Amino acid sequence: MTFFIDRRENPKNKSAVNRQRFLRRYRKQIRESIRQRLDNRSITNTEHGEKVSIPARDTAEPFFHHGSGGRHTHVLPGNKEFTPGDKLARPKGGGGGAGEGEASDQGEGIDEFVFELSRNEFLDFLFEDMELPNLTKRELIGSDEVKKVRAGYSTDGAPGNISITRSMRTATSRRIALGAGKRRELHKLEAELAELRNQPTASMDTKAEELELRIDELRSRLSRIPFLDDIDIRYHRQVNEPVPTSKAVMFCLMDVSGSMDQNTKSLAKRFFILLYLFLERHYERTEVVYIRHHTRAEEVDEEEFFYSRETGGTVVSSALELMRQIINERYPTSEWNIYGSQASDGDNWPDDTQRCNQLLDQILPLVQYYAYIEISEHSPKALWKTYEPIQQSYPDVFAMQNITGAGDIFPVFQELFRKETA
Amino acid sequence: MTTPLSDGSDWSFELLEDYHREIVRIAENFELDTYRNQIEIINSEQMLDAYASVGMPINYHHWSYGKHFMHSEQNYRRGHMGLAYEIVINSNPCISYLMEENTMTMQALVIAHACYGHNSFFKGNYLFQTWTDADSIIEYLVFARKYISGCEERHGVAAVESVLDSCHALMNQGVDRYKRPSPISMQEEQKRQHDREEYLQQQVNDLWRTIPVSKAADTEKPETLFPSEPEENLLYFFEKHSPLLEPWQREVIRIVRKVARYLYPQRQTKVMNEGWACFWHFHILHQLYLDGLVTDGFMLEFLQHHTNVMYQPDFDSPYYNGVNPYTLGFGMMQDLKRVCEAPTKEDHEWFPDIAGSPWRETLDFAMKNFKDESFILQFLSPKLIRDLRLFCVVDDAKKEYLEVSCIHNDDGYQAVRESLSQTHNLSNIEPNIEVYKVDTQSDRTLHLRHERHEHRPLDDNSTVEMLKHVRRLWGFNVQLDSYGDEKVKKSYHCDEDDVGAEEAEEKEAAEA
Repeated sequence: MTFFIDRRENPKNKSAVNRQRFLRRYRKQIRESIRQRLDNRSITNTEHGEKVSIPARDTAEPFFHHGSGGRHTHVLPGNKEFTPGDKLARPKGGGGGAGEGEASDQGEGIDEFVFELSRNEFLDFLFEDMELPNLTKRELIGSDEVKKVRAGYSTDGAPGNISITRSMRTATSRRIALGAGKRRELHKLEAELAELRNQPTASMDTKAEELELRIDELRSRLSRIPFLDDIDIRYHRQVNEPVPTSKAVMFCLMDVSGSMDQNTKSLAKRFFILLYLFLERHYERTEVVYIRHHTRAEEVDEEEFFYSRETGGTVVSSALELMRQIINERYPTSEWNIYGSQASDGDNWPDDTQRCNQLLDQILPLVQYYAYIEISEHSPKALWKTYEPIQQSYPDVFAMQNITGAGDIFPVFQELFRKETA
Repeated sequence: MTTPLSDGSDWSFELLEDYHREIVRIAENFELDTYRNQIEIINSEQMLDAYASVGMPINYHHWSYGKHFMHSEQNYRRGHMGLAYEIVINSNPCISYLMEENTMTMQALVIAHACYGHNSFFKGNYLFQTWTDADSIIEYLVFARKYISGCEERHGVAAVESVLDSCHALMNQGVDRYKRPSPISMQEEQKRQHDREEYLQQQVNDLWRTIPVSKAADTEKPETLFPSEPEENLLYFFEKHSPLLEPWQREVIRIVRKVARYLYPQRQTKVMNEGWACFWHFHILHQLYLDGLVTDGFMLEFLQHHTNVMYQPDFDSPYYNGVNPYTLGFGMMQDLKRVCEAPTKEDHEWFPDIAGSPWRETLDFAMKNFKDESFILQFLSPKLIRDLRLFCVVDDAKKEYLEVSCIHNDDGYQAVRESLSQTHNLSNIEPNIEVYKVDTQSDRTLHLRHERHEHRPLDDNSTVEMLKHVRRLWGFNVQLDSYGDEKVKKSYHCDEDDVGAEEAEEKEAAEA
């Protein structure tokens, strides 16, 4: 007896647990790999997971096996010209034919074990142990986004929304209501007729005829009450209900003056990517505003922000000014969680300090968090000094960190968004 | 003239039944003795799942299965690897997984190959009969999975995982090579399990009884070796004698040991098993064609798959990856049939007892009573050696060059046959490592002994890693001596208390 069983509909993810075990075991290596991978990601590419590679050596499962050396006899197929006693040079590196039984020897290289993380797994790894500061506003925000919800019944609507039970119930009650009087009379007449027939009298025939006529009429009128009428139809009523969503806007401010070289910019970019990914996880909608500045500030798109080059001096207040202006015009604080992040090499026009302080005094009450990173090996520089008093006045909202190389970015980011252990 | 069962590549369950009915008929004519079949259709994702748990339909959780899954998934997605058309499990009923992507031809091929070829091999071959219990394997795996997840709940995933890691590493050293097991039923197994846990614990501790005994007995006693005879089944040794293990840890070792034992016959019969299955799909499908049940197109598609599987690249080809077990196995089975049916003078010389005998019985005899090593040694014919143009190259580390020792000629047949047999001998391929003794009177150091075969040393890096695993299971220091020509050639230690962190030292013993 043989059975055919169709298993195709069975749940697929039989290996999910084992996969999770693997990810947990190699947590450290995977995080390291992710940090390196951040270089190549586009800032807003969060649709995809990430390919991760960790050293195969770490994941190897050892077993007892022979090393090279000793005497091996290989049996090979496809002899062409050899005769017994032929002496051959030993092939280098174990390549070619004489490899049988020794395959495991070649595992010495820096082979990588490559696999794909899903988007969520990727972000989990990236942002574990971190949280957003000042989340207060998140819960409050309503917006113009709406969602349809059912709200009782109505007498008109789209055919797709017909409520069958409600319509049938209305129809039943209408039929009862319209027919009740007639049915009552019908029963009465029927009873009369029956009585008449039981007690025959002289005028019986005409009386009976009258009654029968009336009964027939009532019956036909009753049967003309429609089973379902247009006025019975009821529709599910749907109303638009505003959905509370949480939205965030992230301002990226970057100095693009002559002193910022491509390397510095790419460090800044990586920082912005991290921030973007992080915000994306916490808010349903995240917008990014790119502001670049030298002596003047302008709002640009991502491409231009990172790759175009300008020269000239540096006036930081121009960017802050623009930021304040954009907030006022487009991002009312009642609706938006606003995050500011600024990257600079620390240069600023000396006379600008005063202006910067004033502007930040206006901006900081509006934002959830403002992070300044100074990418410089000779920190602190002018801007750092400008910001120092501000940090003291707004310790919860304003943070600044110094970055000297790519290796610093992630630790600095972690530092900025460290989970407060209460 | 009968009409073909179907035309075209699409399959349906009705067609599967039709083909299966005909295949059964033919298989019965050939007197193939099989377990009941359970044929399951799965999709590619499920096939990847099946890959991950070493082909078992159900298995306990372990990170390494996740690793295998991710590895094959990645390769499959990137198109580096095709998936197998089928997986077959040595159980009763015999479970075969068929891929839904297969064409009708492939499904027929796979049914003939797995459900009648492999299945009859599982049922007939002596190794499978003595080492595996097809009736209870699924039940046992269910038990193992439950038991291990129970342990994880009680003792934490990490604790269970570390024991499993060490057991997996020693899996190849977890089978009895020389002894034969006495199979017991699943119910008995469970009944015994509880008693065993407690009883064993007492036994173990008794080895190092700390209660003082009379001094007279202690002093003059000659040192007795423990274990009294070397033990090659390391996992068994740890399960029974490792002093510090908890009862559940012993049971986990036992589970891995059982699985290793279940898989052991498959590793020893790769050539025969595949050869046998290929032989039968080849003959069953040809019979279908002779009976007019399949079309020419069907046969061409089948033959293309068949020859792809049978392809044996020459040693100097970039595609060469060892002797193809399918080619060798199928070639030998076919050749055996030829020797029976149309023996040449040479065959009469080499196979006096089987040349001209009824082929069906001879093949059954060969299938039932051999493993790869002995099968090749017994039945590899000069004709096949010539056909494959086999030759031997000796690679001796002491010499500067490789030497062709023998080729496919009259002088070489026997030597080629012996050499090929040896390359399929698991006890040569795997290092021969035994528990030699335990320092019961001092610090309980465990001494392992490696006997070098053909002067082959152990691989240093992996051996150092392995000793950490051994130490984890043993709980005390471990020393491994690698012996060659009766002398210690190299010693490995694993001493420190912390298994994970220490670097094991290795030192070159004085070479004579």
